[in-house]
Amino acid sequence: MRPFAYERAEDPAEAAALVAERPDAAFLAGGTNLVDLMKLGVAGPGTLVDVRRLGYDRVEHRDDGGVLIGATVKNSELAGDPGIRRRFPALSRAILAGASGQLRSAATTAGNLLQRTRCVYFQDVTKPCNKREPGSGCPAIGGSHRDLAVLGTSDHCVATYPGDMAVALAALDALVHVRGLDGEARALPLEDLYVLPGDTPHRETVLERGDLITGVELPAAPAGAAMHYRKVRDRWSYAFALVSVAAVLRTAGDGTIDEVRLALGGVAPRPWRARTAESELIGKLPTPENVQAAMGAELAGARPLPDNAFKLDLATDLVGAVLRDLTEPEEDR
Amino acid sequence: MLQDDTRSEVSLRINGVDRTVGVDNRATLLDTLREGLGLTGAKKGCDHGQCGACTVLLDGRRVNSCLQLAVAADGGEVVTIEGVAGLEGGGDLHALQRAFLEHDALQCGYCTPGQICSALGAMAEAERGWPSHVTGDTSAGVAGAASLDAYEVRERMSGNICRCGAYGGIVAAVLEVAEADGGRS
Repeated sequence: MRPFAYERAEDPAEAAALVAERPDAAFLAGGTNLVDLMKLGVAGPGTLVDVRRLGYDRVEHRDDGGVLIGATVKNSELAGDPGIRRRFPALSRAILAGASGQLRSAATTAGNLLQRTRCVYFQDVTKPCNKREPGSGCPAIGGSHRDLAVLGTSDHCVATYPGDMAVALAALDALVHVRGLDGEARALPLEDLYVLPGDTPHRETVLERGDLITGVELPAAPAGAAMHYRKVRDRWSYAFALVSVAAVLRTAGDGTIDEVRLALGGVAPRPWRARTAESELIGKLPTPENVQAAMGAELAGARPLPDNAFKLDLATDLVGAVLRDLTEPEEDR
Repeated sequence: MLQDDTRSEVSLRINGVDRTVGVDNRATLLDTLREGLGLTGAKKGCDHGQCGACTVLLDGRRVNSCLQLAVAADGGEVVTIEGVAGLEGGGDLHALQRAFLEHDALQCGYCTPGQICSALGAMAEAERGWPSHVTGDTSAGVAGAASLDAYEVRERMSGNICRCGAYGGIVAAVLEVAEADGGRS
């Protein structure tokens, strides 16, 4: 591991200034991904600026049903928060579907959003990787890509965004609050935080140097809506998603869909909001045929590879299963 | 000066004793405990946060000490396996350690310190009512550690690998202590 300086920032301005004045500095929160990448030689910051004591460590529920989640709230605290469990149970379920108890009690909201792909080539510095070393090539396309993306990829990168929490946040219309180097606060939809790889896969988010994520805001869940998160993986516990689905659903009295939000995990370089499928499903019953048609439209632009094409059928089946979970009582299934 | 920039002095309260140690900023909490402070109970398995052998309690929460930088833990309170018996007042062994022996919850023993620290953390989480991935009603959560069943214990302990396969005994030991009094002793 490369030697580095360590600074514990006392306020946001100091944190931003420390990163701005040192071009190879990085923010440190829970460290569960960054420290590992430093051990692997994938990341080598010259300075770590610890941002865990800046006061962004609270979950603030608002009277209107929305919530502001601090950037450094631990994943375990967020999943366990009674208000989150009551108002946004799919968010708790998504967090609890990820990692292990130990990792969740160190990892933070913002760190979870910014975790890096687990593509084996990205994590192995002896292999080429356009994300880690621009222009060096992508061995995953002709190699081990079973776990990697089928949507939003390019000829330069097929890495998957690996997280669970952000998939639920995408379905919940989350806004990411960012403090710029100049102190200016801004908020952007979670989907807009991430950029697709194109020919610059080393660039993963719209954040600029010194930008600090301060929190995530969730608007109130739609009245009368139900929500759910399901994840398919190779092991029963403690494994990354092959495919995951977060859904928010409200149906009319006759069972037709009034409002639906769908986000897919494990299939794209970012949490994938399935807006085409959503609009196809409005006004329809969530029957297997309708889900098949809606997901067919959503996945029309997919770029499956030989070993991950199974994710297309799996995503369709899982969306159908989640909508069934939300509309049919368990005993009727 | 760069040399000074890359080292720090770290103060930790470890198993109830205040310790101060000079560290290279690259040193993990695990390496600092084992190499710097002579506390070799926490084990290095994978060194990547995947096996759980290095699990300790940091400020009351279970963490992989291999992924925590010692410098970032400055000011923290750490409980390692060496301090677990002291949590219930200084007997020879903690009830959970006795239960591991009674239920044959180990073979080689390498993962055991991490298993025990992780189980203590997991029981504390359940005492807060926190659900797990397998809890039926996420909103309701669970009614304390005493309400956990084997299914819940397996899920909550999935961050600890036992390559000898002593899982049956581990689950039985954790359940016995959790059912007794929520794992507080």
